[in-house]
Amino acid sequence: MRFAPLALLLLVVAALVWRLATPEDTTVKSRMGGQLVPDLVLHSALPGGPDRPLRSGSCGPVVVNFFASWCVPCIAEAKRLAELKRQGVPIFGIAIRDRPQDVANFLARNGNPYEELAADPQSKVQIAFGASGVPETFVIDPYCIIRHQHIGPIEQEDVPIIRKQWEDLRK
Amino acid sequence: MRWLLALLLALAPVPLLADSGLPPAYWANRQLPDPRQEAKARGLMEELRCLVCQGQSIADSDAELAGDMRDLVRRRIAAGERPDKVRAWLIARYGSWISYRPTAEPAAWPLWLAPAALLLIGAFLIRRRIGARR
Repeated sequence: MRFAPLALLLLVVAALVWRLATPEDTTVKSRMGGQLVPDLVLHSALPGGPDRPLRSGSCGPVVVNFFASWCVPCIAEAKRLAELKRQGVPIFGIAIRDRPQDVANFLARNGNPYEELAADPQSKVQIAFGASGVPETFVIDPYCIIRHQHIGPIEQEDVPIIRKQWEDLRK
Repeated sequence: MRWLLALLLALAPVPLLADSGLPPAYWANRQLPDPRQEAKARGLMEELRCLVCQGQSIADSDAELAGDMRDLVRRRIAAGERPDKVRAWLIARYGSWISYRPTAEPAAWPLWLAPAALLLIGAFLIRRRIGARR
């Protein structure tokens, strides 16, 4: 009993060391997996582009990519998206809080991997997907159900994973 | 030479998460004209966690996403939606993580049991002290 305070101190120190060694995972996963995509009609991210409903008769499979011209990691990700496009994966881009001319500049500089482009000027679509930042990527099946989520930029090693997730939903 | 370069690179500021060039959403920093609705929206916003500055509520946070979420909350409250419904809508998207209000989920049981446990420990300690003095 005399050593109780010391034991308590050691316990607290151990807990602190453990938390420092294994930092908490701060990514917030969407709970929309297995749910229908939000029923929203989106405006184009480019000047004069067509409006498009998010939900339709056949949704995909398609890869939905949230990005922004002001998002630095998105520049590096553009190359991976181009790689996915080369492999035949259709990508639907949603530009968060962006101006049409900025999106056009971003695509001119980094290439345009997107089959379609929608604007999300007030993060409404982002919130409806349960996404918390840019870049973030979702894989949607033919019945408009959200199947996979990738948080953060797509790295080289993620390309085959996302390609396979899309491929598996084609049948 | 190489380590000097590495040091300089480490010191250079890297703007990883820049902000967009768009102005805040309409209701992000504006009160609703109806004070009762504004009070309801305010109460809810103080209990919703910001996704960017994760220790802050969306009422406190200056992050753009927090502003967009305040706009969403105020619009829905102004349209007559109850705060609990707005909260449930957000929980369906981000999990109970998004709400500061503790739920009855098993993960929150230690939180609810803690006051009772602390009272019991306190009572035990006092009894021992009194017992020892006699």
